[in-house]
Parts: sequence; structure tokens; C-alpha cells
Amino acid sequence: MNFHLILFLAFGGVCVAGAVNLLAQRHPINSALSLIAVMAALAGEYLLLGAEFVAAVQVIVYAGAIMVLFVFVIMLLNAGEEEETKGSRVAVMFGVPGMLIASVLMAWIVLRHSGTEAVAIGALPGDPRDIAQLLFHNFLLPFEVTSVLILIAIMGAVVLASKPESQSGKVD
Amino acid sequence: MPLGIFILVSVIKSLIILVVLLTAVAYTVWLERKVVGHMQNRWGPTRVGPFGLLQPAADGIKFLFKEDLTPPHVYKPLFLAAPMMAVIFALTSISVIPFGNSIRLFGYDIPLQITDVNIGLLMILGVTSLGVYGVALAGWSSNNKYSLLGGLRASAQMVSYEIALGLSLVGVLIQSSSFSLRDIVDAQGGHFLGFIPRWNIFHGQFIGFFIYLMAAYAETNRIPFDLPEAETELVAGYHTEYSSMKFAMFFMAEYANMITVACLATLLFFGGWHGPLFGPPLMQALLPVFWFVAKVVCFLFLYIWVRGTLPRFRYDQLMDFGWKFLLPLAIANLVATAIAVAW
Repeated sequence: MNFHLILFLAFGGVCVAGAVNLLAQRHPINSALSLIAVMAALAGEYLLLGAEFVAAVQVIVYAGAIMVLFVFVIMLLNAGEEEETKGSRVAVMFGVPGMLIASVLMAWIVLRHSGTEAVAIGALPGDPRDIAQLLFHNFLLPFEVTSVLILIAIMGAVVLASKPESQSGKVD
Repeated sequence: MPLGIFILVSVIKSLIILVVLLTAVAYTVWLERKVVGHMQNRWGPTRVGPFGLLQPAADGIKFLFKEDLTPPHVYKPLFLAAPMMAVIFALTSISVIPFGNSIRLFGYDIPLQITDVNIGLLMILGVTSLGVYGVALAGWSSNNKYSLLGGLRASAQMVSYEIALGLSLVGVLIQSSSFSLRDIVDAQGGHFLGFIPRWNIFHGQFIGFFIYLMAAYAETNRIPFDLPEAETELVAGYHTEYSSMKFAMFFMAEYANMITVACLATLLFFGGWHGPLFGPPLMQALLPVFWFVAKVVCFLFLYIWVRGTLPRFRYDQLMDFGWKFLLPLAIANLVATAIAVAW
């Protein structure tokens, strides 16, 4: 067993354990923290695949920015522990085996159709320079169109979140 | 290099850097007390050892032996985890910082750096962005209004200034076209006109450096941006409920962050370990590390100087400054640098 595989399995284990813990925890803040652990472990997996830039972006954007907002909302709403429900018996009887069968099927199909050889590490562009070449040269137009789309979404969010003008005049 | 030796070298390097960093943290506290003392016409620590030099050891022992109180109303798992997170993220970012060129020992080239990843700078940004959690969770889990307000302020401030910080670095990245800190330093070797060093600050990044400095002060919650622990309003902010070693961990995290920020400023804007080399071969090998440390100490002194000079901002001034002044300035700097490089 080589070193790489051991690390891959370790990060994968953390990832799956975090995901299960996310569902099992009753306090929202614990669930949010489990999700952060999942994100960080995924970044580790990307690093092992040689996709350093994607790993860094995964940490900065998901673990560092989006999850901070999640934790913020939980903190500000002061959301407490959730009530425990027994759940329906049907869900336990059919849901869990069904999910297992579905994931095994999916893994089998992916393995079957992805070709016999695994992709060598470093074969796909993972270097920041290659990604920049792709983004700002080969796919410049789609990239710019996406950024305009995001800009419109931001402006829409600002308009929706701001107070209506007639009211804000009275309040201020 | 065989795997076994690689792991051995990495472990030894990590241990040395960890010990040096923790000692540096302790003596930064001493330096701060001493310098601020002299600025305020006091002596600062003088009793323990010559010039109070053993004061950090005395402080450490005091922290260890103090009663470790855990208030009954806190959310315990996170209350215990938060200081650990703060320290872990503060210490992790040092792992990609290079201190000098590689040295040759026992036939192997050993770079003076724990690891040279080609996304070094992004990794530091990622780890510092995770540092928010230590502060935010400490504030929330303490279950105390002052702590919560301090934690919220700290996280809002760190998230806001992170944007200006990141954008101020893009100018440097464009000029050196690499994320690796070693490449960025290597690109700054040489001189303009024979005597001005080719450091990024003299290479059109003066405004970038100014933005970085302001944003870095805010990121480390130091005066004049220490709103999260404004004692006149919030008792002590997010670490109000912490005592003994857990409080000391927040303290350590703050000073370790200061050192990381100073190292990064040295590497990105002041040419890292570049400096005049002279003397016998051994001295030539050690001088780069000396220049690096000297520059970092200058930055730490600047931090303390600012602390002894400026009053604290108001909260609305802080947010206005970050969003309405630093951010547009950083974007303008980025555009100007891009145009200049493309020319």
C-alpha cells in the first residue's frame, strides 16, 4: 500500500465521517462545523490529485467564506437544539438500504464506464498557470458572461435586501 | 531525496520552526511591553532578569498555574475547541513561509522552509480565512453578550478586510507571475540604477503595500482596529470568559498572526532575504536569514509603534474605511498594475 493511497483513504474517511456527523448532530452549529470538516477534507483530496489551485479555492471560498456566513446566521438567530423525532419506520426500513444500493450502483457504473486506466496525477490542468490560460484565453467569453451574470445577481440581492424608499425616508 | 530522509528532515524543520516561532511570540510580547512602556515614559518590565528579559517565562508560568475557570453557562465543546482552533490556524500558516535560500547539509539540498507548495500565498490566505472560526465560536460559545458582540465584530471585520488584503496582493502576483513565495522573492533580486534594491515596494507597489499594511492591522485585530476587544465597550470582547492557559492561547494566536503578517510583508514587498552579502562563506550563508529576521523585526516594531501612537477607530469609521476607501483603492491599484505590466 503506498503512501498516497493511505492519505487518500484518511481524507476520504474524515470526509464521510463528517458528512454522517452532519446528519446525526442535533445542534445546528455542530452540523455546520462538520460541514467545514467535510470541505477541508475534500480540499485535501484535491491536493492529492495534484489540483492545488482547486484545493486552495475550496478552502478559501467554501470553508472560509460561505461557511462563515452559515455560522454567522446560526449565531445571530441563536438557533438552539432541534427536537428529536423518531422518524417514520418506513424511512429506516427502506431508506437506508435503498441509499446503500443506489450508491453501490453509482460507483459500479462510474467504474464500469470511466475506462480501465486511472488518470495519472498531473495529467489534468491543476497548476494555476494552466487554469489561468483556460479561463482567460480559451474560455474568455463564457467566463466574462458568467461574471456579468454574477454581478446582476449581486445587484438583485442588494435591491431585494434594501428597504423600500418610502419607508426608509420615514425611519431615517 | 529518499522518503525516509524527507520525512525526517521535515519533522526536524517543523520542530525548529515551531520552537523559534513560539519563542518569537513570547519575546514579541516582551518587546511590546518594553517599547510601549518607553513611549509612555515608563520602564516596562524590569524586575525579572536583566532588562526584564525573563518576563515571558514568568508570564508563561503564571498562565499555567492560574485557575482554569469554565463558567457554567457556556457551550462546553466549542468553548474548549475555540482557543485551540485559533492557535492551530495561526501556527499552520508559517509552514509555507521561506526564511532563506536552501543550505547544503550531508549531501542534500535543504530549503529553509517547511514546504514549498506552488500555491503558497493562496494557502496562507485560506488558513487565515479559517482563523475567523476561532474568534467567532469563542464569542458565541461563551454565551455572554459582550463575547458575542466581540466575536461578531471580529468576524465581520476580518471578512471585510480580507477582500482588500487579497486584492492588494494581486499586484505583486501580476509582477512576479507566481503564487510560490520563493518565486516571488527570487523575482525581487537585483537593483535599479545600481543601488536601489529591486523590491516590489520600489517597483510600483507602494500603494499595494499601504493597503496591505492597513488590511493586515485589521485582520490581526490590532490598534487602531482592535474593536473586537474594545475594553471600554465590551470588557474584553470574545475572550471575556476565558482564563489561564485558554486565554493565553488567544494571546499566542494574536501574536503568531502578527509575525505571519510581518513575514508576508517582508516576502512580498521588501525582497525577503535579499540584502548585501559579504564576509567569509559561513557568514554569506547565514546573512540572508539575518536580513529576513531583521526586516520582520522592523515590521513588528512598526506594529508596536502604531499601537503606542494611534487611538481606536469607531465601528462605522472602520467599516467605511474598509469598504469605501481601501477596497476601491485596491481595485484601482490592481488595474493600474495590470495596465503597466501589459504595456
